[in-house]
Amino acid sequence: MNNEILTAFINEHTSNSAVCSVDHYGMLNVNINADQLIDLVDGLKNKQGFIYLTDICASHYPEKVGAEFEVIYHLHNLIENQRVRLKVALAESNINIPTLTVHFVGANWMERETFDFYGVNFVGHPDLRRILNMDDMDYHPLRKQYALEDETRTDKNDTFFGR
Amino acid sequence: MSELIIKSTGQMISTETIDGDIATLNLGPTHPATHGVFQNILKVDGERILSAEPTIGYIHRAFEKLAERRPYNQIATITDRLNYCSSPINNIGWYMTVEKLAGIEVPKRVDYMRVILMELARIADHLVCNSVIAVDTGALTGFTYMFQEREKIYELYEEICGARLTTNLGRIGGFERDFNDIFHAKLNAFLKEFPANFEEFDRLLTRNRIFMDRVIGAGPITAERAVEYSFSGPNLRAAGLDYDVRVMNPYSSYQDFDFDIPVGKDGDTYDRFVVRQEEIRQSLSIIRQALDKMPAGDFHANVPEFYLPPKEEVYRSMESLIYHFKIVMGETTIPAGEVYYSVEGANGELGYYLVSDGGRTPYRLHFRRPCFIYYQAYPEMIVDSVLSDAILTMSSMNVIAGELDA
Repeated sequence: MNNEILTAFINEHTSNSAVCSVDHYGMLNVNINADQLIDLVDGLKNKQGFIYLTDICASHYPEKVGAEFEVIYHLHNLIENQRVRLKVALAESNINIPTLTVHFVGANWMERETFDFYGVNFVGHPDLRRILNMDDMDYHPLRKQYALEDETRTDKNDTFFGR
Repeated sequence: MSELIIKSTGQMISTETIDGDIATLNLGPTHPATHGVFQNILKVDGERILSAEPTIGYIHRAFEKLAERRPYNQIATITDRLNYCSSPINNIGWYMTVEKLAGIEVPKRVDYMRVILMELARIADHLVCNSVIAVDTGALTGFTYMFQEREKIYELYEEICGARLTTNLGRIGGFERDFNDIFHAKLNAFLKEFPANFEEFDRLLTRNRIFMDRVIGAGPITAERAVEYSFSGPNLRAAGLDYDVRVMNPYSSYQDFDFDIPVGKDGDTYDRFVVRQEEIRQSLSIIRQALDKMPAGDFHANVPEFYLPPKEEVYRSMESLIYHFKIVMGETTIPAGEVYYSVEGANGELGYYLVSDGGRTPYRLHFRRPCFIYYQAYPEMIVDSVLSDAILTMSSMNVIAGELDA
């Protein structure tokens, strides 16, 4: 298996609505909508042998209006050693995405972590609670609006380097 | 009919056959037998565990957030603190991620030096894990002897980077210094003395009837289930699947070395123990091969924008001064892009997902931490076993609090 065969499969499976591109480092990126995720993962897992979920994480792009969040899945076909990266863009106003816990038990904590840090709502997750932060925290700390350092500080004003 | 539901897995078990009262037991967060800050709320009927509810995050230090504000070379010190039993693997994995993003080619000699240090780290990590399994069965002797051996590995780290535990070993592009004569002398002494001591440790436990009776069948997992849980490293191999990043996606010239991937069958504590024991032998063989075949050449890549120039050059040449300033102030530019890079950490596939927008710091950095992912199978592995097996299962899974909580 290689990126071309996989791209052909994904295009056929999603009737050309997924955007596939091979990045500079040879990884196949697939951009899809949240409602296509389950169907595509089903196909990849059952027909193409992507039985191993490597990782789930998210990223925040506040300047991309309507697609502020991105959830990133890395899947791995262990037999043919092929990796694929699925990306789902989500709007801040509708930050819901179906859970993958039905396909991979191991997605449970990965999704909890993503929820904890970005507030992504994994619909259908059996136990969507915070995992690393304390339960009564009322924000999602990896979002970009939370600067690491207090921005009102003036004692560290560095005019030359601007930080 | 009464039923108990395990919250994290949704699994239901019948409590019909249980007579007597169900007790709630807090195992941890700070319990000597958990070797780290782990809390498990157990429901027990006598010695038998009915359900377990792990709580993690006690030493969460927001590494991914910290990394978004640090220049690339300063993130190495964060990676030290993930799996602190084998920091060099984390450091080198991080450098290789940055090198992949920036398209830096390193000399063959750097690859081989890295392999030697990563395998030493793997030995140190496996020694800690396996000797602690023995401690949890009540055999303290092997532990004291193996920690002497680990000490020798730490002395080797000291020769390379000056530190022992949180090593910050190496640099982007290679190493800060070459292997010196003391390092070679100490490494040769280690390679000569360690195998005999290690085999003695092995004889003490591996075919010891008492030890075998104690660990065989404790905390088993099938290969299918392990894959569903995204297990990796020795835990996955003990279940019978030969996935090893060093072989599947060779990095740092691992394809040049001849070694075996040991696999187990039942995925229980004994298999995990034996797989690690064999991996230590394989690691020793890799180190010997790397020493024998060590190519000549430089110990770092020629990448002045990432690699600090020698200090005396900084005073003499303008270019060196500029590069020195830019690296120290974190002004090195790096291409925009995203990479996923993984290395075979001592306890599994350690992945770095790095998104760069071309700025001085990563836009997003996510660590795929193997023990965070496989620790979620812990409740399932200990349900229906006895409490003392739960302790063994945890130590044999090699869960490291620093990596778990990031």
